[in-house]
Amino acid sequence: MTARLRERAAIVRSVRSYFHAAGFLEVETPSIVPCPGLDVHLDAFEVPGQGWLITSPELQMKRLVAAGLREIFQICRCFRKGERGHLHEPEFTMVEWYRSGAGSQEVMADTEQLVAEACRALRDGSTRYHGGRGSIDLAPPWPTLTVEDAFGQFARVSLADVLNDEERFYRTLVDTIEPELGRDRPVFLTHWPASMASLARLHPGGIFADRFEAYVDGVELCNGFAELTDPLEQRARFEIDRRKRATMGKPVYPIDERFMAALNEGLDPCGGNALGIDRLVMLLTGERHIENVVAIPASRL
Amino acid sequence: MYETSDLRKGLKIQIDGQPYTVIQADFVKPGKGQAFTRTRLRNMTNGNVIDRTYKSGERLEPASLEERQLQYLYAEGDMRVFMDTTNYEQVQLSDDLLGESKLYLLDGVMVDVLFFDERPIGVTPPIFVELQVAETEPGFKGDTSGGTTKPARMQTGLKVDVPLFINQGETLKIDTRTGEYVERVKK
Repeated sequence: MTARLRERAAIVRSVRSYFHAAGFLEVETPSIVPCPGLDVHLDAFEVPGQGWLITSPELQMKRLVAAGLREIFQICRCFRKGERGHLHEPEFTMVEWYRSGAGSQEVMADTEQLVAEACRALRDGSTRYHGGRGSIDLAPPWPTLTVEDAFGQFARVSLADVLNDEERFYRTLVDTIEPELGRDRPVFLTHWPASMASLARLHPGGIFADRFEAYVDGVELCNGFAELTDPLEQRARFEIDRRKRATMGKPVYPIDERFMAALNEGLDPCGGNALGIDRLVMLLTGERHIENVVAIPASRL
Repeated sequence: MYETSDLRKGLKIQIDGQPYTVIQADFVKPGKGQAFTRTRLRNMTNGNVIDRTYKSGERLEPASLEERQLQYLYAEGDMRVFMDTTNYEQVQLSDDLLGESKLYLLDGVMVDVLFFDERPIGVTPPIFVELQVAETEPGFKGDTSGGTTKPARMQTGLKVDVPLFINQGETLKIDTRTGEYVERVKK
């Protein structure tokens, strides 16, 4: 355990120095917020009388970008209710960053470089590591694969077949596609369906979102995108998510009007990404359960 | 009813009229997507193993199982006969269904028999049983340190690693949860 915690500290140090070297400003934003973000599949912990714990620092960090901080990063705790498993802890650590004037290409480049550097820091300069199913080379650049092509390659159904059935989409993704992703090299899964755009900009044509996730050894490491900067479209998407949450019987959080005001004042085109530190530590140390890379997991509190 | 958050190793659920025991349960969730619990289940009546992925929040039917204490009487071919001592009713269970628990059955011992839909499907032996050593190499006198072990076959056919000082014919206390030697019983 102490060995793992030392490795974890080395990885965090490496991530931090990547961003400092690249000219990013390290920031801290609140953990307790009045509007925790409306992602349909994320549930926040309520803090009675005060609001909710963040599920990610996205809304607050984008306000800072809109206020003129062009390159920022943060390493913080995020909280997601009901998530516990070999890859999930209800409280976990995320590194999240934003780059102004950039799109997903630049942010993907950050991702592969910081992961490769963390590996080098831990493994005497090597970017090779032994995953659960063999050796993986983390050296950039990482290949990309569209969601549509991933369905074509690994699933028995096409993306078009499941596009109107979200449950089947995710079932196919977790059961047959994810385990195949990033087997000998990491891969960026790109071009997500517009209905799963979250806070990402759409590609021209409006069918796919400019959103990506990196997978290594079957494990989702991060979720990033070219940020949506259009306040009207953003509000419309929030309203759709609120209706979906209501239909699902989930708490319907208010829209963050201060975030909306920031978009109204103008958010320059920018790209952002959120990467799970615990999973990065798992990957680089070969651990298969997240509880083995955190100092005190929720199950032992 | 159970919910997907109840799914963990050992939980017993019913699918299409069949009882299953959970042998593995993993929470899986794409960051922005729907959550599932991926399970591996063993059919309790035929031993078949299946994989099922449940959507979070789905409800699961508990297996309608009943446990009754019966007395083990004797073996007949590859069947074992048990009796309810309150009404003298007898039930039979095949060696296949009994699995490892048949290695802990001694004539006359009381065991918990698991019933599904009025049919016996398995047996939970007592946590500790006392079995006689049927076969082992002769013991070394004076070596009671227990540092090393040797194989022994018990009267029921169970194979156990025992300390070197154990002799054929001696009675041993065995933990049925692990199948391991606990101590020698002086008779």
